[in-house]
This record gives sequence, C-alpha cells and structure tokens, in this order.
Amino acid sequence: MTVLDGPNRELHTRDQGTNFLAYLHQWVSTSDHKKLGVMYVTTGLIFFLIGGLEASMMRWQLAWSGMDVVGPEEFNRLFTMHGTTMVFLVGMPILLGVANYMVPLMIGARDLAFPRLNAFGFWLFLFGGLLLYFSYFGAQGLYGMGSAPDVGWFAYAPLTERTFTRGHSTDYWILGIGISGFGSIATGINLITTILTMRCPGMSLMKMPLFVWLMFIDAILIMIAMPPLTAAQVMLLFDRWLGAHFFDTAGGGSAVLWQNLFWFFGHPEVYILILPAFAYVSEIIPVFSRKVIFGYPLMVCATIAIGFISLGVWVHHMFALGLSPMINAIFMGSTMLIAVPTGIKMFNWIATLYGGRIKFDTPMLFSLGFLTQFLLGGLTGIMLAVVPFDWQVSDSYFVVGHFHYVLFGGLVFSIFAAIYYWLPKVSGRMLNEALGKWNFWLLFIGFNLTFGPMHVSGMLGMPRRIYTYHPDRGWELWNLLSSIGVLFQIAAVLFFVGNVLYSLFKGKKAGDDPWDAWTLEWATTSPPPEYNFKEIPTVHSRRPLWDAKHPDDPDWKYE
Amino acid sequence: MTQAAANSMTAASSTDPPVAKQRNLNRGKVGMACLICSEVTFFGTLLATYLFYIGRDISGPYPQDVLDVSVAPMKVIFNSIFLLTSSIWIVLAIKALRKGRIKMFACWWLLTILFGVEFIVGTGMEWYGLIAHEGLTIRTNLFGSGFYTVVGFHAGHVCCGLILLTIVFVLTMCGYMHKRHAHKVDMLSWYWHFVDGIWIAVFTIVYILGTA
Repeated sequence: MTVLDGPNRELHTRDQGTNFLAYLHQWVSTSDHKKLGVMYVTTGLIFFLIGGLEASMMRWQLAWSGMDVVGPEEFNRLFTMHGTTMVFLVGMPILLGVANYMVPLMIGARDLAFPRLNAFGFWLFLFGGLLLYFSYFGAQGLYGMGSAPDVGWFAYAPLTERTFTRGHSTDYWILGIGISGFGSIATGINLITTILTMRCPGMSLMKMPLFVWLMFIDAILIMIAMPPLTAAQVMLLFDRWLGAHFFDTAGGGSAVLWQNLFWFFGHPEVYILILPAFAYVSEIIPVFSRKVIFGYPLMVCATIAIGFISLGVWVHHMFALGLSPMINAIFMGSTMLIAVPTGIKMFNWIATLYGGRIKFDTPMLFSLGFLTQFLLGGLTGIMLAVVPFDWQVSDSYFVVGHFHYVLFGGLVFSIFAAIYYWLPKVSGRMLNEALGKWNFWLLFIGFNLTFGPMHVSGMLGMPRRIYTYHPDRGWELWNLLSSIGVLFQIAAVLFFVGNVLYSLFKGKKAGDDPWDAWTLEWATTSPPPEYNFKEIPTVHSRRPLWDAKHPDDPDWKYE
Repeated sequence: MTQAAANSMTAASSTDPPVAKQRNLNRGKVGMACLICSEVTFFGTLLATYLFYIGRDISGPYPQDVLDVSVAPMKVIFNSIFLLTSSIWIVLAIKALRKGRIKMFACWWLLTILFGVEFIVGTGMEWYGLIAHEGLTIRTNLFGSGFYTVVGFHAGHVCCGLILLTIVFVLTMCGYMHKRHAHKVDMLSWYWHFVDGIWIAVFTIVYILGTA
C-alpha cells in the first residue's frame, strides 16, 4: 500500500488507461475507496432496477382480482427475490458505497484503513448477489423443484427445511446472503477503524460531520448484527446438508428460535438501512437551509441511543406468535422508546429548516420528501408497536405499506437526494435540475399512490404474499390505485437514469463546490484526485469550509 | 473552493484558531478489536442456541451420559489446560520479541503452537470416542447438532489461529522476524486470547451447564 500511495499511484494507473482491457483491469484490481464506492453504488442501482422489475410484476398481477400474469409459485419467488434484493443487494451496497466514497473525504483521509479488505468486501458482495440470482438457472437440483428461492426474505423455518423445500433454491439464498454478509461485516469493520484512526488533525469526535457519526454507529450495528444472521444461516445449512436438527420441528428443533435469531439480526438491519438515510439528510438539509444543523450534540446522542435500543426491539416482529404477555409488553415498550430519539432527530431537522433560507434544489426536494414520508412510516410504526393493533393487522398490507414508507419513502428518497447532492463531486458534472424535478414529483406521486392505499387494503384484511384474491372483498380499487402508482414510479426511474446518463456526458461542469457547502469533501477537486488531498487539512470546527470562506466570522469561535 | 483555498485553510491554522485535541487509535488494534467483537456475536448466537436446546432432546445419547466432566473424560479438562496455558506462552513470546530476543521468541512461539496442536488432537480424539463408541453424530439429536456445531466452530478457529501462528513461526525461522514487528504479531496474540476466551464460555456452557 505504501508503495503506491500518493501521487505515484495516479501515474501508475494513468499509464494503463490505453485500451478497454486496461481500463477494465484498472477498475477490477482497484483498492481505491472512491472507485469501490462508485462500483458499490452502480451495482446497487442495477439491482434496484431488477428488484423494481420484480415488484412491478407483482403489482401487475395484483392490479385486479383474478389476474393471471404470474402463477402462485412464480409469485412466491418474486416477493422473496424482491425483498432479499432490496435489503441485501440494494440498501446495503448503496449505503456502504456512499460511506466508502464520502467518509475518507469528510475526515480528511486518503483512503480507508484497510484498502484491500475494502476491495475484498466489495467482491464478496457482488458475487454473493450474483450467486443469489444464479439460482434462477442453477437451482433446479436433483428434484426438479428449484428455481429462485421462494421462502420469503426472512425464510421462516421449518419451511426452509429440506423436508418442505427440496431442491437447491434455499441453499442459494443462504450462501448468497451469507457471502455478501461477510463482505458487509468486513466493510463495517473497515469503516469503524477508519473513523477511529484516520481523522485529520483537529477533527475530534465531536467535530466530525454528522454523516460520519451516523455511519460510525451504522458500522457498529453491522458488526454486531450481521454475525448472528450468519450463525443462523450456518445452522440452517447444517440442517439441510448434514441432517442437524436446529430448526427441524419433527426432531425437537424450534421454529421460534429461527424467528428470534433472524429478527435479532433483522431489526437492527432496519436501522442499518435507515441510519445512512439520516446521514444524508443531516448533511443536505443544513446546506440547503443555509444554516448550521440544529442540536448537533443531541443528534449524536440520539444516534447512539437508536443504536443501542435497536438491538432490543426485535420481538415486535413476532407479536402474533403468542409469546407471553410479559415479553410482548416489554418489547412494546422498547419499540415505543425508540421513537423518542428518532423524534429528536425529526425535530432537529425541522428546527434546522426553521428560519433558514431554503433552496428547493432537487437534493433538498428529496430530503423534504424523506422527512414527510419517513414521518408517516414512523407513525404507522408506533401504531404497529401496540400489540393489540399489531394482532389485528399483522402480516397484512398495512405492514407492507408501513415498511415501504420507511424504506422506500425514507431510504430510497434519501439515496436519490444523496445522488443528486454528491454525484457532481463524483463525476464533476451537475445533474439536470429540470429532469431532477420531474424525477422527484413523479416518484413522490407514484410512491404515495402505490403505498398509501396499501394501508387501506391492509385494514380491509388483505394479507401479504397472496398472489390473487376474490372479487367480492372490496380490495380491487385500492390494489388498482397501488398498481397505477407503479407506472409513475417507472417513469420517475426512467427520468433518473436518463438524467444520470445525460449529465455524465453533457452535464454542466460542477466545479469543486457547487452547493457552497461546508464539509471537507468539497475542499478537493471534482472528481477528487486518487490521493484526495494534496495536503492533509487541519480543521477547527464542524464546518471547516465555512471557516475558510469566512475568516472574519469562523465557526470555531462558537463551538 | 479550490485546492489552493484548502491549502490556505491549512496555512491559516498556523495563526490563531485552536486545534481540538484528538486521539487517533492504532489501526491494527481497532481492526482486530472489531473482528473479535463480531466473532463474539457469532459465537454468542451459537451458544445461545445451545443453551436454548439444553434438556430438549427427544432421544439419547444425552450430554449427562457422555460429557460429564466429573465422571468420564478428564481429557477435556486436560485439553482445556493446554489451550489456556498457551495464552501464557504467547504473552511471553511477545515480551521476548519486544526486547528483540528472537530466539527466545521462537521458543515460546513454538510452545504455543504445540499446546494448540495438542488441543486439536485432543478434540479429535474426543470426537472419535463420541462418534465411534457413543454413536453421537451431528444427525443424532439436538445435543449432537449443537455440540458439533459449537465445538467444531471453536476448533475451526483454533486451526485458523494455528495456521497463522505457523506462518509467523516459519517466517521467524527464515530470519524475517524483527523487534519492529512486535506490535503486528501482538495482534495475532489478541486473536489467540480471544479463541481461548471463547473456549472458557464453550466449556462452561457445554460441559458444565449442559450436563447439570
């Protein structure tokens, strides 16, 4: 690493860039955090298109009662692959990719702590994802029952046992997710180490940008929550291949244990996915309100609190299981408790907006979309935390509506915000504002049209995961609205893809600091050189670029 | 904002504004500590599962019959003593290396490896006895599934550690080891201590709580 550090590395790679193979080699063999970040996000977006296609197929099938677009087996595969893809192959790589790119730039470092481990993590993720999708071709197996996994994204035992799922599809699910999980753990460890060991002079923990704080807590959650999933998957694999009895109910094994183990990973995972969304908007909202983030220390405390509490709420996914009222009450309490730090964040963002000179550029629009929709998702989340209410709507479309408001309305909107905000840094060119506004409004309308009515169809009793329904239930209208919304979303995504491709070639030059922002990534060129900073900067406040631009009134006087 | 402006920012620092004190930790130590944390949650999950299934077997052999340390295999205690003392030898090895006494280091290091190997051989013999004489395999019952998974993963980690220790030993024999490598080799000793620590948890749960 030391040999190729600094300016030498740039020369080294420039020599090779003569033809396509050399270009490819340069990307495949890279350990540069920026290239890996770009590859993470690009792969994540491609998987996003695939996962979106699967969702569209399902919505087409459900648009009206008695449709015959896909059969029941194919429908099971679609929702399993959709859920698995969106969580493990879209959310995880994009959050890791953005963190990969931005964390070293924001803390004034030249790379992550372990660059080769970083590359290793990316390739594990990629091949884990490809392995999962290879199941469409490779899972036929001995019994001819295979194809893609069809056991749901949380793969409840004993359905996943060999007795009930022959063929290899579940094995592909275990191995694909397991392998990409290893990659996530590696990158999580890498991020923690980078943040703790490579901050530039003057950047004490409480002077880090909030983005870095949130990704730090996020990486800790990855480090703690992913290994239990791996362990559970190993046990399931042993059940399937070595004849162990962990989740084999006939042999005394327990289906409840799988649920506990899965959700002990699964609920922190939800926070692993949403903390980066908080991270993006915590950077974007202050810049477009032209104000300092409100209540920085409290934001940090709230983040740490969320990290802790998120490890102790997992049983709220299992309220309908029939555990003792005592256990249900405890987890109902802890689930409601987590709304407190999340509420603190919400109010701090609103207080940042308050009195600011708000600029409604596309990144800000998406951030405001995030605030609104995440709030709605959070409120239905509090409703679901109430045990009797959960019993009523558990496993119905109400739940589907709820978590899409959190993960789509929250995470995906903030990812779009992040891309509109940071792509100019990555590519050196601005995204088109007009196309961006089309993208936002179409997605905003389409999203709410799709997932709003799901709350109603859920209240009317429509269960999740059914592939069709009878015409006399009164669900047609709501489902039709949901499906029409998908058309808007597809249009929005087309605008997005078009915008990115257009801007990469024809976009306006961005310059180093197009948004007049304050964190260190804007201090270097766009795109940044391989070594990021010619000279490692020294910071005196949380907004080093504000200090540089306003030497008469620097921030460090007030912090 | 250009690179030049960023530099002026650095230059401005020479005048007045305070530079906050910050303590950047050692990269290897933090990385290894994180790895150990995630390994602990991995083993924690396996051990929680084992605890959950204690006494739920619907058919034998039961752990009381084949594992009870107060009755039959004193060998396990013997093995455990070997594994745990190897932690002492590795500490002495690192101490010697810090002082630059390479030969001393090599001796203690070899002793660590030998004690580790003894543990693996002992585990192998125990497994042979369980499989051949007691008829306990991973498919037999819940106890078998849990036992071979937990103890097997631990043994796997010991083997992994042994491979790494052996690589360091070979490098030492080839004369590549130097005082300045002490802090890197020290990271390996952290891993070794972790493997020993996990064994204490495994031993307590599998051999003491599990047979009570």
